[in-house]
Amino acid sequence: MSDFWVILTASIVAINAGLLGCFLLLRKMAMVGDAISHAVLPGIVVAYYFSGDKTSGLLLLGATLTGVLASFIIDFLSRKAKIQGDASIGITYTLLFALGMIMISTWMQGNVDIDMECVLYGDIAMIHMDKIIVDGNLYLGPRAFFVEIIAFIIIGVSLFFGFKGFKLLSFNADYARSLGINTGKWHYALMTLVSLTTVVAFEVVGAVLVVGFLIIPPATAQLVSTKLKEMLLLTCIFGVVSVVSGYYLAVWLNVSITGAMVTVSGIIFFAVLVLQRFKKSNQQKIEFSDAN
Amino acid sequence: MQTFIDFISFKDPNVFYVVIGMICINSSSALIGSFAYLRKRSLIGDAVAHSLLPGICLGFILAGEKNMIYLFFGAFFTGWLSTYLVDYIVNRSKIKQDAAIGIVLSSFFALGIVLLTFIQNGGYTDQGGLNHFLFGQAAAINKDELILFATILAVIIVSILIFYRSFIIVSFNADYARSIGMPVRTIEFLMTSLTVLAIAAGIQALGVVLMSALIVTPAAAARFWTHKLGRMLLIAVVFSVFSGLVGAYVSYANANTPTGPWVVMVLSIITLISFIGSTKRGILARYLKARKNKSKILLENILKAIYHYHERQNLENELNLSMASAEILKVRLFDTAELQRGLNQLIRRGFIGRNNNNYFLTSEGMIESKRIVRLHRLWEQYLLKRTSIDAFHVHSGAEAIEHILSPEIEKELEKELGISGIPKEDF
Repeated sequence: MSDFWVILTASIVAINAGLLGCFLLLRKMAMVGDAISHAVLPGIVVAYYFSGDKTSGLLLLGATLTGVLASFIIDFLSRKAKIQGDASIGITYTLLFALGMIMISTWMQGNVDIDMECVLYGDIAMIHMDKIIVDGNLYLGPRAFFVEIIAFIIIGVSLFFGFKGFKLLSFNADYARSLGINTGKWHYALMTLVSLTTVVAFEVVGAVLVVGFLIIPPATAQLVSTKLKEMLLLTCIFGVVSVVSGYYLAVWLNVSITGAMVTVSGIIFFAVLVLQRFKKSNQQKIEFSDAN
Repeated sequence: MQTFIDFISFKDPNVFYVVIGMICINSSSALIGSFAYLRKRSLIGDAVAHSLLPGICLGFILAGEKNMIYLFFGAFFTGWLSTYLVDYIVNRSKIKQDAAIGIVLSSFFALGIVLLTFIQNGGYTDQGGLNHFLFGQAAAINKDELILFATILAVIIVSILIFYRSFIIVSFNADYARSIGMPVRTIEFLMTSLTVLAIAAGIQALGVVLMSALIVTPAAAARFWTHKLGRMLLIAVVFSVFSGLVGAYVSYANANTPTGPWVVMVLSIITLISFIGSTKRGILARYLKARKNKSKILLENILKAIYHYHERQNLENELNLSMASAEILKVRLFDTAELQRGLNQLIRRGFIGRNNNNYFLTSEGMIESKRIVRLHRLWEQYLLKRTSIDAFHVHSGAEAIEHILSPEIEKELEKELGISGIPKEDF
């Protein structure tokens, strides 16, 4: 039974992250996503420290703001301090991640809920330890699953109603501005959603590996699709396929589940890339022989 | 205090290894990072650092023990592969560089985690220190590693000394380097190899996640203090080594805390101080300079407006007549509060005198107002005669440049145009 819940929860993580990752990728901000996923660490540690109990929604919201703050600092460093764009990303996320690690090593000694390894690759095999049980015996599933479902609903609703805005922002922010759309608002809305995704995914897949879910499936989809909706759909498919096959690979080899999922998704990416190159060079050959 | 004395007196022989180790590691990465920064490839270091993990694990599995040579070559191989793959993705698909870095970084890191858990669950003995590579533990540096780090630093310094010119040209302008027939690919290959070497040395102390800070941050901080590459390299090394030593000390004083986070904190604080306080490019210096410029422009515009006011009544020879401040607003639009502030400042500097509520130019003010009007019109004439700019457009150009033309340029313009005194036409 725990197999089922692990796969289901991880699939929703992959879908949540993948949907937002598509927009990040089109906005050429993939590494900002990477930075946010590292930078929420101090927010999460503070949230755990003060709540003691992981369920506090308000504190998770606070942790979400750390991610938004990170994207704000990156903007500030590159615009006001005139540090190169990618250097400001590197400076910001290493600083916030280091802050989080210092907090863990000083406050969280011996705490079972959060440790360094959990930060790196989560505790997906353990999610069934924290169940939601109604009336003493009706088992509804692991808590992490419901947290992910809530995040999925928030992301789904935002993307559904804001589809046009996010689309314009991603493809041509200048054009959007000329139409009188407040691109700053949409930008920070996207950053907030990305940060929310990484915060809720934290205990499932860890702060570092969530980047794999955020970037790799959308990039794979981008290789083969030319339409945004098609790309979003393919992202979900690639994400879920990596989750399922990664899970069984991990069980077979007795290794980290999340690590295996992201590894599989990386393998799928390179396979698609190479296949596509192969197809293209074949096509070129055919066209060449036609021309002759 | 006792811990501090123990630390600086190398009472514990391990401390000596740690200090020398940090100096080697941080100098190597700061040197390499400066070139990476100039090539705008700072985040490549991030991909390389994460990609070392699977290499280390592979090296461990092949050797069956923590053999430093195997671990190092494994790390070097996967680190190199990662930069190759990033370039491959960027060149062969529509994926952009930052996404390519993200893909390579997370796939390799995930693979590293898979291998690491495989080793941990696989019943290998002697695998204890492997997860030090995740977060860094400078205290674990031993004598053999120290020799390796020192060798790497020596290789990097020697390469930079020999290829200094080539590195500079390729970093600043690879296209130019290609056009003058330099072997750009070979030089880039060398730079990439040195980068991987520096990072491979550093993860022992910083860990894979934070390693990119050691590449990016010292260079970014040093850039605030100088425009010269040689000095930038030196400053970056000093910042980085200082942070490394502080980080190593904190980690030593609080046993079992990782070194990496503290090094990064100190480095970040140095960067913060640099970008606020740097006398050249700091945010404070730039703000003050901008304010000074703005006030200079305001004062000069007021003086010019007063001249225009008198000129309109054909009284340009009697500039010292007094006038109400409202009259200035008829000639040129100012924010009233700003105008008042400007007038007060001009009075303090002796350019303007006050007579009840009326203002008049002093003799110094007359000279100054004439000078600015003259510069404005000289420039307009220059644009009209020497470039084919339309008469409608010369005003805005002159409006900007009148505040910065030096007396030397003024003389040149006079000579070039054959004009003396103030031209009559105003556009």
